[in-house]
Amino acid sequence: MNRILKNRAFKTTAIAAAVIGVATVAHARDQIRIVGSSTVYPFASYVTEEFGAVTEYPTPVIESTGSGGGLRLFCNGVGEGTPDITNSSRRIKLSELERCLENGVTDVTEVKIGSDGIVFAQSSTNEAIELTLEQLFLAVAAKVPVDGELVDNPYTNWSEIDASLPDREISIYGPPTTSGTRDAFEELAMEVPSKEMEAYGGDGYTDVRSDGVYIDAGENDNLIVQRLSEDTDAFGIFGYSFLEENSGALVGTAIGGVEPEPEAISAGDYPIARSLWFYVKNQHADAVPPLYDYVDMFVSETMIGEGGYLRDLGLIPLPEAEREQTREKVANRAQLEVDDLK
Amino acid sequence: MSHSFDDISTQLRRRHRRSSRLKWISMGALGIAGLFLVLFFADMLAKGLPAFQQAQIQVEVDYNEDAQRMGRAALDPEVSRLVSRTFERLIPVRMRDNPELLGTTETRWVLADSEVDQYLKGHRHKLSESQQATVEALVQQDRVELKFNTTFFTSGDSKMPEAAGILSAAVGTVMTLLVTLAIAFPIGVMTAVYLEEFAPDNRLTQIIEININNLAAIPSILFGLLGLAIFINFFGVPRSTPLVGGMTLALMTLPVIIIATRTALRSVPDTIRHAAFGVGCSRWQVVRDHVLPLAMPGIMTGSIIGLAQAMGETAPLIIIGMVAFIPDAGSSFTQAATVLPAQIFTWAGEPEQAFVEKTAGGILVLLAILIFLNATAVVLRKKFERRW
Repeated sequence: MNRILKNRAFKTTAIAAAVIGVATVAHARDQIRIVGSSTVYPFASYVTEEFGAVTEYPTPVIESTGSGGGLRLFCNGVGEGTPDITNSSRRIKLSELERCLENGVTDVTEVKIGSDGIVFAQSSTNEAIELTLEQLFLAVAAKVPVDGELVDNPYTNWSEIDASLPDREISIYGPPTTSGTRDAFEELAMEVPSKEMEAYGGDGYTDVRSDGVYIDAGENDNLIVQRLSEDTDAFGIFGYSFLEENSGALVGTAIGGVEPEPEAISAGDYPIARSLWFYVKNQHADAVPPLYDYVDMFVSETMIGEGGYLRDLGLIPLPEAEREQTREKVANRAQLEVDDLK
Repeated sequence: MSHSFDDISTQLRRRHRRSSRLKWISMGALGIAGLFLVLFFADMLAKGLPAFQQAQIQVEVDYNEDAQRMGRAALDPEVSRLVSRTFERLIPVRMRDNPELLGTTETRWVLADSEVDQYLKGHRHKLSESQQATVEALVQQDRVELKFNTTFFTSGDSKMPEAAGILSAAVGTVMTLLVTLAIAFPIGVMTAVYLEEFAPDNRLTQIIEININNLAAIPSILFGLLGLAIFINFFGVPRSTPLVGGMTLALMTLPVIIIATRTALRSVPDTIRHAAFGVGCSRWQVVRDHVLPLAMPGIMTGSIIGLAQAMGETAPLIIIGMVAFIPDAGSSFTQAATVLPAQIFTWAGEPEQAFVEKTAGGILVLLAILIFLNATAVVLRKKFERRW
């Protein structure tokens, strides 16, 4: 009986020791930690995988937290527990940079890597239509001007918005409010056109209708793509890479006469396009040796260039001059100043 | 007699009809549930089984000088686009590590690009006409084949579907569950032993009991928030690691283990305790030598079911950062890791067509493990449980 008792006591101690032991291990970091945008995630994780495979460093850890969530973690401070890089599908906001500075994150380099278009697409079995940005806005806004007054959106059929549009029920699958794609859509496809419309008094209007015409389809863009192939009358809102990946089954809608094509998105002709960025915490460069090796690999021509690997994944390359600019900034570790954002 | 014989027999018939109707309705409900299950399994199997096969291609690798910089140069340009980049990008690395390779050639089977794989499986693909013709010709020469997909089990996540596997997630799951078990099992069992065998039955223990039962019903995402607030922000346990994941899941598993252990302890008849007391055992001896061993099968069953539940959990792990891109299997409890359900979740969001089958394949593996765990629990119960 005594033997059993000792044995048990030993086991308990061993387990306790194991738990305490692993809890106190702390070491200098070889592994880069990245957080941020779910839009940049597919591109960044491609680069991290490549980085892990061809260098002696471990593969960087990358978490998809959304642009806002990523910048919050990034600006929490300097030190082992905070991320080294955050990806973002929009530029850092002034308030976010100020919070960074307050928390001692003073030396940040901003890296612009390319563009992404938001497409308004449908099943290719149905006839393609062409919209102006304003018509698109009228289909998704919660309140629209009718005879100079703002009323709850009455449009349920495309032909009611404009007689030139087909007689088809309006049905739109789009991202939920938590998504960066939704943020960008609200800004580029709603705020911009509504500023031009008198009824809104010059303010941007970004409320999406909630009467069942616009359907929140969850964060998963694949789901939207799947629904569109079943519900051929409906439209979906998602990132360009999903359109490219499903180019046989889906067709994009030209907005303002511009088709969602790489050249148009990169040049800024396509109206619902945004730039993609990441932010590097230079104060970590010494403690995390591989940091700038990774950044250099990311901005190299083989990744973000015209024929780069990220092009195949749907990243739309910047014009050559801008790519050069990006690389120059990285080489100088240019520090982002408050004035740059004003 | 106010009721005639006819009255009574109509009433009886009505009651019989009613009970047979109820029987049919409940059988219908069972049928619908069964149908859902069959549909789900059929869909998963149809989508997931192709994931266990992967296209491979036989190529000639020519270790020339250009290949030192650009791996693609080592391959015949006609087939280089059909070969997975996971192979080609390692050619310069291999040549750097083995300089004697320069100037040699070899013929070997390598992973094909996922588009080739999808084409062979008859799924949607993006091969051009000429590439399709090349693949067809290679198939004729037996130089392109669908083989058993060992990569799926021996490699971690990848952005290239052909190279993506479940190893890193499986290792992460095992490490996370080890931490969970090491924390939840001793604490859970000891708590239950105290409450059942030692604690007086008063207001305080009743409140504790009610709270434990309530805890078991709390949505798991809240445990994630708790893990984030306490373990990560307060104690500074590193984010995304099996350690913090295991600790968080332990919180979730604790009530399950406590409740199962208490039930198991309660099912040990008092006569055994009385007999032990009768021969002079102390309370601790009674528990350790008689009650606990007899209750062990029940405790094990409960723990396995609790662990199986923890294993399928993703929601709390999203919050503590375990839904991440992890290509390498971890080797320590403080290294970032991911778990199987989180891996499935990640794949479900990938745009490439080939990830659809990976997702379903991952689900099949996870289901197989869970069925195995639950079957173990059933066997343990059947084999060792004693009824008095």
